[in-house]
Amino acid sequence: MRVGVITFPGTLDDRDAARAVVVGGAEAVSLWHGDADLKNVDAVILPGGFSYGDYLRCGAISRFAPVMQLVIDAANKGMPVLGICNGFQVLCESHLLPGALTRNSDLHFLCRDQEIEIVNNQTPWTSSFKQGEQIVIPLKNGEGSFQCDDQTLAMLEGEGRVIARYVGENPNGSRNLIAGITNAKGNVVGLMPHPEHAINEQTGPSAQGLGFFTSILNAMVK
Amino acid sequence: MAKIVVDVMLKPEILDPQGNAVASALPRLGFSFANSVRQGKRFEIDIDGEPTAAQLAEVEKAAEVLLSNPVIENYVVRVEK
Repeated sequence: MRVGVITFPGTLDDRDAARAVVVGGAEAVSLWHGDADLKNVDAVILPGGFSYGDYLRCGAISRFAPVMQLVIDAANKGMPVLGICNGFQVLCESHLLPGALTRNSDLHFLCRDQEIEIVNNQTPWTSSFKQGEQIVIPLKNGEGSFQCDDQTLAMLEGEGRVIARYVGENPNGSRNLIAGITNAKGNVVGLMPHPEHAINEQTGPSAQGLGFFTSILNAMVK
Repeated sequence: MAKIVVDVMLKPEILDPQGNAVASALPRLGFSFANSVRQGKRFEIDIDGEPTAAQLAEVEKAAEVLLSNPVIENYVVRVEK
């Protein structure tokens, strides 16, 4: 089971993501933004950070990286893809996921432990969780406010495509407290908070983030 | 040489926290004229000679694909003399 972790110029969380993949039980494969080859991976993670310096808009330049053309094709054919934070922004800019991530409503860069509820455990990235399970993982971003038009919001809610919601006060102005969504097929997931920073209680607020990485292993083994 | 300008603004229904921050800073500095402020981006593109219809169509396409995100933003392309 090979899980690719993409590094763009300005990516920060690729090493933590790769480590989480290994702790979850899979092999982590480093992919570079300029690669024209997905190295036979079974799934791909787009980690957090500030790819291409967040120039223009978060994720806007990364969308056109050579490796992303391969990821977009593979995702459309059903390969599991997880975008975390900046990776979520890249997936929205790539039109693999609907909506957009905009500036936090209070303008502050937030970095804190955040409680979220898993509201769809039917994706290859969330199957290790119980439906409705509440977990605490770090949230750290400046542009994490999920926005879309009313029609898209109704579609996401109606089709059960919201996969995680913030618990308690809305941290960033996201519509309907949305912390993560999936595509129509359910193979592409975008998540604003960071499960890869919560795989060990000694270095994170919990080890509950690990569920995303054991989920993908289970999905592939089935 | 001509200049093609692309103005990109958040759609009216999208919250603009930066614009709101500017709007609330203005009265603190004694400026009382603003009901509200929206902040956007401006791209200035230099080209040789007068732009042709085909060039302007290309710029429109670039504005749609790269310079703006149609999910949250509108854009206007114009030629500046």
